[in-house]
Amino acid sequence: MSLHWIHVTASYALVCGGFLILAIATISRHAAAKRRLAQLDPRASRRAQEPS
Amino acid sequence: MDTADTRTGPSPLPLPAAAPRGGLHRFANPGRFLRLSGQVLPWLTAAAVLVLGIGLPWGLFFSPPDWQQGETVRILYVHVPMAWLAMGGYAGLALGSVLSLIWRHPLADLACRELSPVGALATALCLATGSLWGKPMWGTWWVWDARLTSVLVLFFLWLGHAALVRAFDDTERGARMGAILALIGAVNVPIVKFSVDWWNTLHQPASVTRLGAPGLHVDILYPLLTCGLGFTLAFAALVLARTRAAVMERRIRALQLAAARRAEAP
Repeated sequence: MSLHWIHVTASYALVCGGFLILAIATISRHAAAKRRLAQLDPRASRRAQEPS
Repeated sequence: MDTADTRTGPSPLPLPAAAPRGGLHRFANPGRFLRLSGQVLPWLTAAAVLVLGIGLPWGLFFSPPDWQQGETVRILYVHVPMAWLAMGGYAGLALGSVLSLIWRHPLADLACRELSPVGALATALCLATGSLWGKPMWGTWWVWDARLTSVLVLFFLWLGHAALVRAFDDTERGARMGAILALIGAVNVPIVKFSVDWWNTLHQPASVTRLGAPGLHVDILYPLLTCGLGFTLAFAALVLARTRAAVMERRIRALQLAAARRAEAP
């Protein structure tokens, strides 16, 4: 692997990895908030699922 | 001083308090926002995955190497979209701050708060990938030229905003301070954009967005635009999902507070 390809691979890994980590953190935060809200206020969370 | 209108007949003049309720304030209702964003988010995510699924392999494997840069040109398919998101996202932050400061839009506060970490990530990735491109092309990881320095300032502005809005116990005050910082920092966005025209920089001038025809061959331009669209959709999906989570967390805090008050009441 040439030096050019090492830099290209590192760039793609950084960008894809960065977005992936943020996406995983967001999904887990979103799921935790949804779960907690469903425990505290089941009616409101059911309403939020209904189409407007 | 506000006074109540006690007349029973139709009001001859529109009530001033009713005016800001239209337009964007329709989306200030958390329930409505959660419903609407819940419908949009899966489509936005699917579109981002699909477009990036096409754009990234296209840029990495199927586009030709540049006659001067060789294979290193492939870094531009991730570097340029990050630069667009860093600047475009900051313009969005400034717009949200205007909504927050002037119209006191409650969701604009939350959206700005959730936007800044994602914007800071895009700017950090722009700097890192630019550095990885610069080493084989310029022979150096970093130079203090106007474009690179103004993007570094933009990164600190993103970080500053993210830290400032979280630094206050009173979230409304934090949002106001963050909005002021975002609006002051917006001055830096045209400096980033035009730095390559105003000063003699090592960084090359604009290739895609220059007036007239883009300075890129279509073999490079099309995968670049595809990656740009894909990362923009991913950025929007992340901010929307984070804002949804923040709205739900605010509701959770309100419910917990109400439960604690009920428990304390005799």
